[in-house]
Amino acid sequence: MIPAPFDYEVAESVEHAVELLGSREDAKVLAGGHSLIPLLRLRFTRPALLVDIGRIDELRYVRDAGDKLAIGGMTRHHNVQHDPLVQEHCPVLSYAAGLIGDPQVRHRGTIGGSLAHADPAADFPAVLTALEAEVVIRGPEGERTVPVGGFVTGVFDTVLRPQDVLTEIRVPKLGPTGWSYLKFTRRAQDWATVGVTAIVRRSNGTVDSAAIALTNMAPKPVRAKAAEQALTTPNDIEAAAEASLEGTDPPSDTQGSADYRRHLARVLVRRALGEAISS
Amino acid sequence: MGQVSITVNGAEHILELEPRELLVYVLRERLGLTGTNVGCDTSSCGACTVLLDGESVKSCTLLGVQVDGHEITTIEGLATNGTMHPVQEAFHEQHGLQCGYCTPGFIMAAVSLLDETPNPSEEEIRHALEGNLCRCTGYQNIVRAVQAAAGVEV
Amino acid sequence: MATITELEVGRVVGAPLDRKEDAALLTGQAKFVDDMSLPGMVWMAVVRSPYAHARIAMVNVDGALAHRGVIAAFSGDELADEWQASLPCAWLPTEDTAQPNHRPLAVDEARYVGDGVAVVIAESRSEARDAAELVQIDYDPLPTVIDAEKALEDGSPLVHEEFGTNRCYTWALSAGAVEEEFVRADVTLKERYRQQRLIPNAIEPRGVIVQPFPATGELTMWSSTQVPHIARVTLSMVTGVPEAKLRVVAPAVGGGFGSKLNVYAEEALALVLARRLGRPIKWIEQRSEGYQSTTHGRDQIQEIELAATSEGKIRAVRAKLTVNFGAYLQLVTAGTPLLGAWLYSGAYDVAAYDFECTGVFTNTTPTDAYRGAGRPEATYAIERAVDALARKLGKDPLEIRRLNFLREFPATIASGLTVDSGDYDAHLDAALEILDHDDIRRQQSERRERGDTKQVGIGFSTYLEMCGLAPSRVLGAIRYGAGGWDAATIRFLPTGTVQVLIGTSPHGQSHVTTFSQIVAERLGIPYDDVEVLHGDTAVAPLGMDTYGSRSLTVGGVAAYHAAERIIDKARKIAAHQLEVGEDELEYENGTFSGNGNSLTTKELALQAWTAHNLPDGMEPGLEASFVYDPPNFSWPSGTHIAVVEVDTETGDVDLIRYVAVDDVGSVINPRVVEGQIHGGVAQGIAQALWEEAVYDEDGNLVTGSMMNYMVPSAAELPSYELGRTETPSPTNPLGVKGVGETGTIASTAAVMNAVVDALVPFGVTDLDMPATPERVWRALEEART
Repeated sequence: MIPAPFDYEVAESVEHAVELLGSREDAKVLAGGHSLIPLLRLRFTRPALLVDIGRIDELRYVRDAGDKLAIGGMTRHHNVQHDPLVQEHCPVLSYAAGLIGDPQVRHRGTIGGSLAHADPAADFPAVLTALEAEVVIRGPEGERTVPVGGFVTGVFDTVLRPQDVLTEIRVPKLGPTGWSYLKFTRRAQDWATVGVTAIVRRSNGTVDSAAIALTNMAPKPVRAKAAEQALTTPNDIEAAAEASLEGTDPPSDTQGSADYRRHLARVLVRRALGEAISS
Repeated sequence: MGQVSITVNGAEHILELEPRELLVYVLRERLGLTGTNVGCDTSSCGACTVLLDGESVKSCTLLGVQVDGHEITTIEGLATNGTMHPVQEAFHEQHGLQCGYCTPGFIMAAVSLLDETPNPSEEEIRHALEGNLCRCTGYQNIVRAVQAAAGVEV
Repeated sequence: MATITELEVGRVVGAPLDRKEDAALLTGQAKFVDDMSLPGMVWMAVVRSPYAHARIAMVNVDGALAHRGVIAAFSGDELADEWQASLPCAWLPTEDTAQPNHRPLAVDEARYVGDGVAVVIAESRSEARDAAELVQIDYDPLPTVIDAEKALEDGSPLVHEEFGTNRCYTWALSAGAVEEEFVRADVTLKERYRQQRLIPNAIEPRGVIVQPFPATGELTMWSSTQVPHIARVTLSMVTGVPEAKLRVVAPAVGGGFGSKLNVYAEEALALVLARRLGRPIKWIEQRSEGYQSTTHGRDQIQEIELAATSEGKIRAVRAKLTVNFGAYLQLVTAGTPLLGAWLYSGAYDVAAYDFECTGVFTNTTPTDAYRGAGRPEATYAIERAVDALARKLGKDPLEIRRLNFLREFPATIASGLTVDSGDYDAHLDAALEILDHDDIRRQQSERRERGDTKQVGIGFSTYLEMCGLAPSRVLGAIRYGAGGWDAATIRFLPTGTVQVLIGTSPHGQSHVTTFSQIVAERLGIPYDDVEVLHGDTAVAPLGMDTYGSRSLTVGGVAAYHAAERIIDKARKIAAHQLEVGEDELEYENGTFSGNGNSLTTKELALQAWTAHNLPDGMEPGLEASFVYDPPNFSWPSGTHIAVVEVDTETGDVDLIRYVAVDDVGSVINPRVVEGQIHGGVAQGIAQALWEEAVYDEDGNLVTGSMMNYMVPSAAELPSYELGRTETPSPTNPLGVKGVGETGTIASTAAVMNAVVDALVPFGVTDLDMPATPERVWRALEEART
């Protein structure tokens, strides 16, 4: 319950944070702290320095950026859930935010932190993958933008380098789409056993295109491209559900075996698509 | 060590803290406010719930240094001049506690809920309390207490 | 049918009064162990084995000793001479029960992951924790055995080499012509069930503070315990601290559920180290640590056989248990499964009965009492078997139950005990009505016809519980090491308020409130004038503490009898002072009247204290004690009904309705009773649907924290629909039967029966617990092929 000792600095700005992260070997960003502090408490990680970016108010925002929404990395789950812009232009993101953890967690956890932590069972990485969001990163060499699909590289692994700070997430506005996010859990506060995001564009009663992403079916979020293909030609939900397992490598743990997860994914993809198409 | 200023239950405290000191221990051991309890070490049980700038948070998942300049309300800060807060009163009237160990956490979570959602349905209440665990009550009377505090006839 | 309730009911007893306990708890003023701090206090941290079985080759504490703030560190070897006796095991059920010497710190061998191996004492909590990491220990891993049945196989690794076996004991009980009944039965069935291992998980972790008084050799121990009295007597034996110099206090305790009905290594260590170092010592369990170091519940394999007529009349029950005790015998480890030994025939009238239990050592955390302690297991086995019998005969499970209910009371059941009272049809009828049984069955068949994805299942549990532990003679006969009596002292103070000192030790059960109600009513004084004191061995009379749903049935009755003695003495003083014969006095609600005058009990208390005008030979004071040894167990019963909705694609089980109608005899405070049922039911439901403590084959606890050990929240559970029937117990003047564990005893079977009921049309007739979505899915898949 008591972390190992570490030093602590407050970053006044993103540039300052980048500088502080470079000042020590083994420095870590502290954002909402709801992924990091649990690890610290059980001594699963022992950083030498925590760089607190929680006071950089400039990182907390949701802005209308034309055909996208720009969401500051320090925006808390609660705010993503309740922000009118998100509710209007990207309702699947608002909905998913409301399913993360519990109210106390949602008051503190941040969208940037969730993405940077890259827990395979986390909701945001997969939803943002389906949304084809972009991640803005500031580092010692300046700023760069990375598509979320390439951002997560493995379990708790991303393209972020030791001195990088994730500053913003850009999410395309959904426009007229049907959507569904199904999160299967044992208890309401638990991580997803399996989660499915489905976003469909329809015209004349058929599905033009779909984006389907799976939570906790692999070390990284899975963009179920084969399923999307099977759905659009020729609108076969069953086939899409079957094809959704392509590229998956689900874990086995106390929440479920890999076999069960595969079965569950098929069922949830079918249901999510049904919901998205009829919504 | 860093010096921080934390306002707790309306009183400002200047403290020298080790960065690794969890807020829950700052409250309990530095300030002697032992009403907020520790029930787990994985942010699962919610017994440590307090209000940070009016919002419910798990004080075991915050460092004391993180809340420099902020306001904390603990269970000890709810009653005013000896009169219990309506949520505390409702827990008493609805027999919403048995051993009482999880109770401060539930009360703070309920205060935050009712602040955000003044008229929650039973289902909304149950979901809003998903981050607080109780082993004694089976939750029924806790839910009733929150309903009663919201002004629902129970 | 049942008889007398002597207590005057109506004013306070039977009223749903608000609790006295609440004010302190609601405002954060209550003092749990971790809330307490003493000047000069130091912190203890225990270093624990990461291996399930290993020889301890070397323990080097030098690294820890060099750490800032550390004042001492010890290996198990260095403290070995401190122990005068093993950590206590209060129940060795057979003469040949293997009892390992259980030292508070392991010396040669660590026998489970979490077994304490070294201890560090430092000035602060964090320094103790930091320094504990610096203790160097060399382990030579040994082969492990985790599963109880495997541990009984030839060639299994041995947990305790000295016994040559992992079998701790086998205990048997047999009555009637069992074999004959099975031979001539129209139908027999044999079921095998698994009671998975559970973690009691009271929300307050364990903790202890010991304060030494070196000049006198006295020590005070505050412990988050259910058993301050038992702790005192046993720790005196373990540590050599004279019992009269040892004060044990249970402060506010945040739940126990059996896991704190125990005497632990850390308590013994804190005592010995405080004595040795001359400073107050505090130890608080970290939750994940506690998952390894605090006792677990259940963990048995059950084989139950029924012999019945073609009509469904059960003639005989045969039950056989293989129980996983873990690595050591804690206080009631060996006896816990036996608390259900008489109840595998449940609420039913059977002719013959056979029960056998084998306890087995494995390299896991010791198991011990967990809410219900032996009786949920019994109820589960018989209630699931009754449903299986109904399916085999193609009959309604309710029909089978009614055909077999005990009806004539007092009833001597096949296992030999006598059930004092009951009316099982009454609570079954009431439950069916609350449920609207016909309507649910209609919904069920409609969904079946339509082939809905979500199917409905209904499960019953008509349970008989045996509690109010316990008649001391019976305990002696079954070789339990202590008695089952309890005590109360009532002290009527001269200014008219009353102190009730009790031997039970509440930790959420509202004794202060309910015992105040009992005493206030009997003495005819205001409820608020009664103070109930408990949990401190320096204040309380000797008692047997709180567990086994005994506090009201034994302790409450003791308080009642003590109040009677107060009234008797007050009557004598009143008669004397009013100058009338005792039989000419009228007494009502605290006032004695006679000869045109009256005296209240409050006035008589002052008279007794001044002693200016007492009858010749009477001792001054208005104080009375009573030690009550119950003549029988008490026998609550009830009907619980669970309705589940099963998603046949995902396997997800949703509990959509839960009805509980309980007969707990007379009720002192209906609100308290309901709260106990709510909480008990939640725990039993959790066993059916969510919780399981899982070990891997190396003995690591895979479900190592509250993140993946599934204690349910309010979001997972429905509102329960409660009803009540009442057959007052004729065995005690209050008519009470106890309610602390009934909810847990009933509910697991009800829920599992419901899940199976939902799945029967798909060819599933059995399912292990917990009924996780994956388990349900696999059962459906298997039945399909």
